[in-house]
Amino acid sequence: MKILIVDDFSTMRRIIKNLLKDLGFTNTHEADDGSTGLPMLKTGDFDFLITDWNMPGMTGIDLLRAVRADEALAHTPVLMVTAEAKREQIVAAAQAGVNGYVVKPFTAQALKEKIEKIFERVDAS
Amino acid sequence: MADSKSGGHLEDIQDSIREHTKSLVDAVEAGDFTSAIQHVQNLSDVRDQSLYREIGRLTRGLHDSIKNFEIDISSSEQETDESKMADASDRLGYVIQSTNNAANKTMDLVEETIPVVDDLKAEAAELSVEWGKLLRRELEVSDFRQLYKKIDVFLKKVDGSGSTMSSNLSNILLAQDYQDLTGQVIQKVIKLVKGVETDLVELVKMAGLVERITGIEKTQEVTEAADELLAEGPIVDAEERENVVTSQDEVDDLLSSLGF
Repeated sequence: MKILIVDDFSTMRRIIKNLLKDLGFTNTHEADDGSTGLPMLKTGDFDFLITDWNMPGMTGIDLLRAVRADEALAHTPVLMVTAEAKREQIVAAAQAGVNGYVVKPFTAQALKEKIEKIFERVDAS
Repeated sequence: MADSKSGGHLEDIQDSIREHTKSLVDAVEAGDFTSAIQHVQNLSDVRDQSLYREIGRLTRGLHDSIKNFEIDISSSEQETDESKMADASDRLGYVIQSTNNAANKTMDLVEETIPVVDDLKAEAAELSVEWGKLLRRELEVSDFRQLYKKIDVFLKKVDGSGSTMSSNLSNILLAQDYQDLTGQVIQKVIKLVKGVETDLVELVKMAGLVERITGIEKTQEVTEAADELLAEGPIVDAEERENVVTSQDEVDDLLSSLGF
Protein backbone atom coordinates (compact mmCIF):
# COMPACT_ATOMS: atom_id res chain seq x y z
CA MET A 1 0.00 0.00 0.00
CA LYS A 2 1.72 3.17 -1.25
CA ILE A 3 0.37 6.37 0.27
CA LEU A 4 0.97 10.03 -0.61
CA ILE A 5 0.55 12.64 2.15
CA VAL A 6 0.09 16.22 0.90
CA ASP A 7 0.25 19.01 3.48
CA ASP A 8 2.21 22.28 3.53
CA PHE A 9 3.26 21.81 7.17
CA SER A 10 5.98 19.23 7.65
CA THR A 11 4.89 18.62 11.26
CA MET A 12 1.39 17.62 10.15
CA ARG A 13 2.85 15.31 7.49
CA ARG A 14 5.00 13.76 10.19
CA ILE A 15 2.04 13.25 12.54
CA ILE A 16 -0.02 11.58 9.80
CA LYS A 17 2.99 9.50 8.76
CA ASN A 18 3.42 8.26 12.36
CA LEU A 19 -0.25 7.45 12.73
CA LEU A 20 -0.16 5.52 9.46
CA LYS A 21 2.89 3.63 10.70
CA ASP A 22 0.91 2.59 13.77
CA LEU A 23 -1.81 1.31 11.46
CA GLY A 24 0.79 -0.74 9.59
CA PHE A 25 1.29 1.48 6.56
CA THR A 26 4.97 2.18 6.19
CA ASN A 27 5.24 3.04 2.49
CA THR A 28 4.39 6.72 2.76
CA HIS A 29 5.60 9.62 0.65
CA GLU A 30 5.17 13.36 1.12
CA ALA A 31 4.46 16.48 -0.93
CA ASP A 32 3.95 20.03 0.31
CA ASP A 33 1.14 21.09 -2.03
CA GLY A 34 -0.99 19.96 -4.96
CA SER A 35 1.41 21.14 -7.63
CA THR A 36 4.23 18.97 -6.29
CA GLY A 37 1.86 16.15 -5.31
CA LEU A 38 0.10 15.76 -8.65
CA PRO A 39 3.22 14.84 -10.70
CA MET A 40 4.17 12.35 -7.96
CA LEU A 41 0.72 10.77 -8.23
CA LYS A 42 1.00 10.58 -12.01
CA THR A 43 4.28 8.69 -11.96
CA GLY A 44 4.35 7.08 -8.53
CA ASP A 45 1.64 4.41 -8.74
CA PHE A 46 0.05 5.44 -5.42
CA ASP A 47 -2.82 3.50 -3.86
CA PHE A 48 -4.10 6.21 -1.58
CA LEU A 49 -3.97 10.00 -1.25
CA ILE A 50 -4.30 11.98 1.98
CA THR A 51 -4.44 15.72 1.40
CA ASP A 52 -4.88 18.99 3.27
CA TRP A 53 -7.12 21.67 1.72
CA ASN A 54 -5.45 24.98 2.47
CA MET A 55 -2.04 25.04 0.82
CA PRO A 56 -0.10 27.62 -1.17
CA GLY A 57 0.18 26.83 -4.86
CA MET A 58 -2.38 24.16 -5.64
CA THR A 59 -5.01 23.59 -2.94
CA GLY A 60 -6.33 20.21 -1.87
CA ILE A 61 -9.72 20.68 -3.51
CA ASP A 62 -8.01 21.50 -6.82
CA LEU A 63 -5.75 18.49 -6.40
CA LEU A 64 -8.81 16.30 -5.75
CA ARG A 65 -10.51 17.64 -8.90
CA ALA A 66 -7.32 17.12 -10.94
CA VAL A 67 -7.08 13.53 -9.66
CA ARG A 68 -10.70 12.80 -10.55
CA ALA A 69 -10.26 14.38 -13.98
CA ASP A 70 -7.23 12.23 -14.77
CA GLU A 71 -8.27 8.90 -16.23
CA ALA A 72 -5.33 7.02 -14.74
CA LEU A 73 -5.82 8.44 -11.24
CA ALA A 74 -9.61 8.86 -11.14
CA HIS A 75 -10.16 5.82 -8.93
CA THR A 76 -7.49 6.60 -6.31
CA PRO A 77 -9.16 6.90 -2.91
CA VAL A 78 -8.74 10.39 -1.46
CA LEU A 79 -9.00 11.37 2.20
CA MET A 80 -9.18 15.08 3.00
CA VAL A 81 -7.60 16.01 6.35
CA THR A 82 -8.13 19.71 6.88
CA ALA A 83 -9.03 22.57 9.20
CA GLU A 84 -11.56 23.79 6.62
CA ALA A 85 -14.92 23.31 8.30
CA LYS A 86 -17.51 25.22 6.28
CA ARG A 87 -20.49 23.15 5.23
CA GLU A 88 -20.16 24.44 1.65
CA GLN A 89 -16.60 23.16 1.56
CA ILE A 90 -17.49 19.70 2.81
CA VAL A 91 -20.33 19.51 0.27
CA ALA A 92 -17.98 20.69 -2.50
CA ALA A 93 -15.40 18.06 -1.52
CA ALA A 94 -18.11 15.40 -1.57
CA GLN A 95 -19.29 16.56 -4.97
CA ALA A 96 -15.71 16.51 -6.24
CA GLY A 97 -15.54 12.85 -5.24
CA VAL A 98 -13.70 12.79 -1.92
CA ASN A 99 -13.79 9.41 -0.12
CA GLY A 100 -13.48 10.77 3.41
CA TYR A 101 -13.23 14.07 5.25
CA VAL A 102 -11.45 14.52 8.58
CA VAL A 103 -11.44 17.93 10.28
CA LYS A 104 -8.40 19.12 12.19
CA PRO A 105 -7.71 18.85 15.04
CA PHE A 106 -8.37 15.14 14.76
CA THR A 107 -7.79 12.07 16.91
CA ALA A 108 -5.79 9.01 15.94
CA GLN A 109 -9.07 7.09 16.28
CA ALA A 110 -10.93 9.33 13.80
CA LEU A 111 -8.18 9.02 11.23
CA LYS A 112 -8.05 5.26 11.69
CA GLU A 113 -11.82 4.88 11.31
CA LYS A 114 -11.96 6.91 8.11
CA ILE A 115 -9.03 5.08 6.54
CA GLU A 116 -10.48 1.69 7.42
CA LYS A 117 -13.88 2.68 6.09
CA ILE A 118 -12.36 3.82 2.80
CA PHE A 119 -10.48 0.55 2.36
CA GLU A 120 -13.56 -1.50 3.23
CA ARG A 121 -15.42 0.23 0.42
CA VAL A 122 -12.53 -0.06 -2.00
CA ASP A 123 -12.27 -3.78 -1.26
CA ALA A 124 -16.04 -4.25 -1.61
CA SER A 125 -16.25 -2.58 -5.02
CA MET B 1 -11.24 61.36 23.36
CA ALA B 2 -11.11 61.05 19.61
CA ASP B 3 -14.76 61.96 19.35
CA SER B 4 -14.49 65.24 21.25
CA LYS B 5 -11.37 66.06 19.24
CA SER B 6 -13.14 65.45 15.94
CA GLY B 7 -16.19 67.26 17.23
CA GLY B 8 -14.10 70.33 18.14
CA HIS B 9 -12.43 70.11 14.78
CA LEU B 10 -15.80 69.95 13.06
CA GLU B 11 -16.91 73.11 14.88
CA ASP B 12 -13.76 74.90 13.75
CA ILE B 13 -14.48 73.94 10.16
CA GLN B 14 -18.11 75.00 10.42
CA ASP B 15 -17.08 78.34 11.96
CA SER B 16 -14.61 78.94 9.13
CA ILE B 17 -17.20 78.04 6.49
CA ARG B 18 -19.78 80.32 8.14
CA GLU B 19 -17.28 83.16 8.26
CA HIS B 20 -16.12 82.79 4.67
CA THR B 21 -19.70 82.37 3.40
CA LYS B 22 -20.75 85.55 5.16
CA SER B 23 -17.78 87.40 3.62
CA LEU B 24 -18.67 85.90 0.23
CA VAL B 25 -22.29 87.08 0.47
CA ASP B 26 -21.13 90.49 1.62
CA ALA B 27 -18.69 90.76 -1.27
CA VAL B 28 -21.30 89.66 -3.83
CA GLU B 29 -23.82 92.11 -2.46
CA ALA B 30 -21.20 94.85 -2.60
CA GLY B 31 -20.45 93.91 -6.22
CA ASP B 32 -16.82 93.10 -5.33
CA PHE B 33 -16.39 89.96 -7.42
CA THR B 34 -12.58 89.81 -7.19
CA SER B 35 -13.00 89.60 -3.45
CA ALA B 36 -15.91 87.11 -3.87
CA ILE B 37 -13.77 84.74 -5.92
CA GLN B 38 -11.09 84.99 -3.23
CA HIS B 39 -13.68 83.94 -0.64
CA VAL B 40 -14.75 80.98 -2.78
CA GLN B 41 -11.09 80.01 -2.90
CA ASN B 42 -10.89 80.38 0.90
CA LEU B 43 -13.88 78.07 1.32
CA SER B 44 -12.21 75.49 -0.85
CA ASP B 45 -8.99 75.88 1.14
CA VAL B 46 -10.86 75.25 4.41
CA ARG B 47 -12.07 71.99 2.99
CA ASP B 48 -8.64 70.96 1.71
CA GLN B 49 -6.75 72.05 4.80
CA SER B 50 -9.06 70.29 7.22
CA LEU B 51 -8.71 67.15 5.17
CA TYR B 52 -4.92 67.41 4.96
CA ARG B 53 -4.63 68.28 8.62
CA GLU B 54 -6.67 65.28 9.68
CA ILE B 55 -4.86 62.95 7.31
CA GLY B 56 -1.56 64.35 8.59
CA ARG B 57 -2.61 63.77 12.18
CA LEU B 58 -3.68 60.22 11.47
CA THR B 59 -0.56 59.48 9.44
CA ARG B 60 1.54 60.65 12.38
CA GLY B 61 -0.55 58.48 14.68
CA LEU B 62 -0.07 55.47 12.46
CA HIS B 63 3.63 56.15 12.16
CA ASP B 64 3.90 56.52 15.94
CA SER B 65 2.17 53.27 16.66
CA ILE B 66 4.44 51.46 14.23
CA LYS B 67 7.48 53.24 15.70
CA ASN B 68 6.37 52.44 19.25
CA PHE B 69 6.17 48.83 18.27
CA GLU B 70 9.78 48.85 17.10
CA ILE B 71 11.05 50.83 20.10
CA ASP B 72 9.36 48.35 22.33
CA ILE B 73 11.58 45.68 20.93
CA SER B 74 14.89 47.52 20.67
CA SER B 75 14.55 48.92 24.19
CA SER B 76 14.19 45.43 25.53
CA GLU B 77 17.21 44.76 27.68
CA GLN B 78 17.52 41.16 26.75
CA GLU B 79 19.85 40.67 23.82
CA THR B 80 17.92 37.73 22.48
CA ASP B 81 17.16 36.92 18.90
CA GLU B 82 13.68 38.30 19.50
CA SER B 83 14.95 41.80 20.24
CA LYS B 84 16.44 42.03 16.77
CA MET B 85 13.11 41.60 15.12
CA ALA B 86 11.67 44.80 13.89
CA ASP B 87 8.29 44.09 12.44
CA ALA B 88 5.18 42.09 12.90
CA SER B 89 5.72 39.70 10.05
CA ASP B 90 9.17 38.81 11.35
CA ARG B 91 7.60 38.23 14.73
CA LEU B 92 4.92 35.99 13.29
CA GLY B 93 7.60 34.21 11.28
CA TYR B 94 9.35 33.60 14.58
CA VAL B 95 6.14 32.07 15.96
CA ILE B 96 5.92 29.67 13.02
CA GLN B 97 9.59 28.78 13.39
CA SER B 98 9.35 28.20 17.16
CA THR B 99 6.22 26.09 16.97
CA ASN B 100 7.75 24.13 14.11
CA ASN B 101 10.95 23.50 16.08
CA ALA B 102 9.03 22.52 19.20
CA ALA B 103 6.78 20.13 17.28
CA ASN B 104 9.74 18.49 15.57
CA LYS B 105 11.76 18.26 18.76
CA THR B 106 8.80 16.66 20.55
CA MET B 107 8.24 14.21 17.71
CA ASP B 108 11.97 13.33 17.59
CA LEU B 109 11.87 12.45 21.28
CA VAL B 110 8.61 10.53 21.00
CA GLU B 111 9.91 8.58 18.01
CA GLU B 112 13.06 7.82 19.98
CA THR B 113 11.10 6.69 23.04
CA ILE B 114 8.50 4.46 21.38
CA PRO B 115 10.97 1.71 20.30
CA VAL B 116 12.57 1.77 23.78
CA VAL B 117 9.17 1.13 25.37
CA ASP B 118 8.22 -1.46 22.73
CA ASP B 119 11.48 -3.29 23.31
CA LEU B 120 10.99 -3.42 27.10
CA LYS B 121 7.41 -4.54 26.64
CA ALA B 122 8.41 -7.37 24.29
CA GLU B 123 11.18 -8.55 26.58
CA ALA B 124 8.99 -8.38 29.67
CA ALA B 125 6.35 -10.49 27.88
CA GLU B 126 8.98 -13.05 26.96
CA LEU B 127 10.39 -13.18 30.48
CA SER B 128 6.98 -13.49 32.06
CA VAL B 129 6.32 -16.68 30.07
CA GLU B 130 9.45 -18.23 31.55
CA TRP B 131 8.67 -16.77 34.96
CA GLY B 132 5.28 -18.45 34.81
CA LYS B 133 7.00 -21.77 34.15
CA LEU B 134 9.21 -21.17 37.17
CA LEU B 135 6.20 -20.45 39.38
CA ARG B 136 4.52 -23.61 38.17
CA ARG B 137 7.79 -25.48 38.82
CA GLU B 138 7.97 -26.51 35.17
CA LEU B 139 11.40 -25.01 34.59
CA GLU B 140 14.48 -27.22 34.03
CA VAL B 141 17.55 -26.41 36.09
CA SER B 142 19.53 -25.34 33.02
CA ASP B 143 16.67 -23.08 31.91
CA PHE B 144 16.52 -21.61 35.39
CA ARG B 145 20.18 -20.59 35.14
CA GLN B 146 19.45 -18.88 31.86
CA LEU B 147 16.41 -17.12 33.28
CA TYR B 148 18.50 -16.04 36.23
CA LYS B 149 20.95 -14.30 33.87
CA LYS B 150 18.19 -12.93 31.66
CA ILE B 151 16.47 -11.28 34.63
CA ASP B 152 19.73 -9.65 35.62
CA VAL B 153 20.26 -8.30 32.08
CA PHE B 154 16.64 -7.19 31.91
CA LEU B 155 16.76 -5.28 35.19
CA LYS B 156 19.86 -3.42 34.08
CA LYS B 157 18.14 -2.66 30.81
CA VAL B 158 15.02 -1.34 32.57
CA ASP B 159 17.27 0.93 34.58
CA GLY B 160 19.02 2.28 31.48
CA SER B 161 15.83 2.57 29.40
CA GLY B 162 14.07 4.21 32.34
CA SER B 163 16.74 6.88 32.43
CA THR B 164 16.43 7.43 28.68
CA MET B 165 12.63 7.68 28.90
CA SER B 166 12.75 9.97 31.88
CA SER B 167 15.21 12.29 30.17
CA ASN B 168 13.21 12.24 26.91
CA LEU B 169 10.01 13.09 28.79
CA SER B 170 11.71 16.01 30.57
CA ASN B 171 12.96 17.28 27.22
CA ILE B 172 9.46 16.96 25.75
CA LEU B 173 8.22 19.04 28.67
CA LEU B 174 10.90 21.65 28.08
CA ALA B 175 10.10 21.81 24.37
CA GLN B 176 6.71 23.30 25.34
CA ASP B 177 8.38 26.56 26.40
CA TYR B 178 7.52 27.94 22.97
CA GLN B 179 3.99 28.60 24.29
CA ASP B 180 5.26 31.30 26.64
CA LEU B 181 7.61 32.89 24.10
CA THR B 182 5.23 32.82 21.15
CA GLY B 183 2.39 34.00 23.39
CA GLN B 184 4.34 37.13 24.27
CA VAL B 185 5.23 37.76 20.64
CA ILE B 186 1.64 37.29 19.49
CA GLN B 187 0.38 39.64 22.19
CA LYS B 188 2.67 42.36 20.87
CA VAL B 189 1.43 41.80 17.35
CA ILE B 190 -2.18 41.96 18.58
CA LYS B 191 -1.39 45.28 20.27
CA LEU B 192 0.01 46.70 17.05
CA VAL B 193 -2.94 45.47 15.00
CA LYS B 194 -5.36 46.98 17.52
CA GLY B 195 -3.53 50.31 17.39
CA VAL B 196 -3.64 50.33 13.61
CA GLU B 197 -7.31 49.35 13.70
CA THR B 198 -8.15 52.24 16.03
CA ASP B 199 -6.33 54.66 13.73
CA LEU B 200 -8.10 53.27 10.69
CA VAL B 201 -11.49 53.64 12.36
CA GLU B 202 -10.52 57.24 13.11
CA LEU B 203 -9.55 57.73 9.46
CA VAL B 204 -12.87 56.34 8.24
CA LYS B 205 -14.76 58.52 10.73
CA MET B 206 -12.82 61.54 9.56
CA ALA B 207 -13.46 60.68 5.92
CA GLY B 208 -17.17 60.54 6.80
CA LEU B 209 -16.97 64.01 8.37
CA VAL B 210 -15.18 65.40 5.36
CA GLU B 211 -17.81 63.88 3.08
CA ARG B 212 -20.58 65.51 5.09
CA ILE B 213 -18.89 68.90 5.07
CA THR B 214 -17.83 68.91 1.46
CA GLY B 215 -20.93 67.17 0.13
CA ILE B 216 -18.91 64.55 -1.69
CA GLU B 217 -21.26 61.85 -2.85
CA LYS B 218 -20.68 58.47 -1.41
CA THR B 219 -19.61 55.98 -4.02
CA GLN B 220 -21.79 52.96 -4.34
CA GLU B 221 -20.66 50.31 -1.92
CA VAL B 222 -19.53 47.23 -3.71
CA THR B 223 -20.08 44.16 -1.65
CA GLU B 224 -18.39 41.19 -3.11
CA ALA B 225 -19.97 37.86 -2.54
CA ALA B 226 -17.55 35.89 -0.40
CA ASP B 227 -16.28 32.76 -2.06
CA GLU B 228 -17.55 30.02 0.20
CA LEU B 229 -14.97 27.59 -1.03
CA LEU B 230 -12.00 29.83 -0.35
CA ALA B 231 -9.73 28.21 2.23
CA GLU B 232 -9.78 30.12 5.48
CA GLY B 233 -7.89 27.89 7.86
CA PRO B 234 -9.02 26.96 11.36
CA ILE B 235 -12.37 28.49 12.30
CA VAL B 236 -11.84 30.56 15.45
CA ASP B 237 -15.41 31.77 15.93
CA ALA B 238 -17.32 28.57 15.21
CA GLU B 239 -19.95 29.27 17.88
CA GLU B 240 -21.03 32.48 16.19
CA ARG B 241 -21.29 30.98 12.76
CA GLU B 242 -23.95 28.80 11.28
CA ASN B 243 -22.22 27.51 8.19
CA VAL B 244 -19.39 25.70 9.92
CA VAL B 245 -19.15 22.30 11.54
CA THR B 246 -17.62 22.03 15.00
CA SER B 247 -16.85 18.34 15.24
CA GLN B 248 -16.02 15.27 13.25
CA ASP B 249 -19.50 13.94 14.09
CA GLU B 250 -21.09 16.88 12.32
CA VAL B 251 -18.90 16.24 9.29
CA ASP B 252 -19.97 12.59 9.30
CA ASP B 253 -23.65 13.56 9.63
CA LEU B 254 -23.40 16.02 6.78
CA LEU B 255 -21.65 13.49 4.54
CA SER B 256 -24.12 10.76 5.36
CA SER B 257 -26.98 13.16 4.53
CA LEU B 258 -25.31 13.42 1.10
CA GLY B 259 -25.39 9.65 0.72
CA PHE B 260 -21.87 8.85 1.96
